[in-house]
Amino acid sequence: MNLEDQGEVKIKQEADIAMARRAIRDIAKKLGFGITETASIVTAASELSRNVFKYAGAGVMQWRTFTSGENKGVELRFEDRGPGIADVNEAVREGYSTGGGLGMGLPGAKRLMDEMEIDSTVGKGTRVTVRKWCRR
Amino acid sequence: MEVPILKQGSYLIATVQGALTDADLLELRAALLERVVRMRSQGVILDLTALDVMDSFASRTIREIADMIRLRGAATVIVGIQPEVAFAMVQLGLTLEEVTTALDLEEGLAYLNQKSKEARI
Repeated sequence: MNLEDQGEVKIKQEADIAMARRAIRDIAKKLGFGITETASIVTAASELSRNVFKYAGAGVMQWRTFTSGENKGVELRFEDRGPGIADVNEAVREGYSTGGGLGMGLPGAKRLMDEMEIDSTVGKGTRVTVRKWCRR
Repeated sequence: MEVPILKQGSYLIATVQGALTDADLLELRAALLERVVRMRSQGVILDLTALDVMDSFASRTIREIADMIRLRGAATVIVGIQPEVAFAMVQLGLTLEEVTTALDLEEGLAYLNQKSKEARI
């Protein structure tokens, strides 16, 4: 995998969620994703940055684009020092929610993207990594 | 980005012009409810043609708008949800089932006209 480009958006206030969406829209477009895939990536980015803001108050979204052979892809990593997730398997199950939300954040984002990894420690924070491949 | 709200007869038409922050959505909710009350509107069309993404917060706020307007005795129709937005929404599990949707402004107006005709009978 060759790294092409990278950057980050700090999530400190509600308006940063929209900022993250805008940044990811531009990146996905530039990489050559179609409108349906772009909408999926942007929607996932919105939910995951919302989780950061809602549960941890602040955090960061790091993005990178890469190529692997013929394929291009984008990776988004959301990191916070919030309360963490006690049971990650439970958290990605349908209908799960602890924050009075709709319980669609993690399982929904997983469906919108190709790959998802969650690394979380209670009391330390959470790191959610998602990837989507641009197959042309 | 502020959402302009136009009055057309006994209806209101709110046309989203582009990306909306959470604050924009809450402002739209307050502005629409205030206008529905002040103008004694019978129906509201919310045109989302220009909206590029609908996440859980946007979806919940739109459902709340429709609920509040319904409790006031008026009807709401959401029009113009783009196919890629609909695709992402369903993947996310957001179906807006309780809210009436229509293809475009014309269909939305036809729905409201039909609804007020039924109410008169």
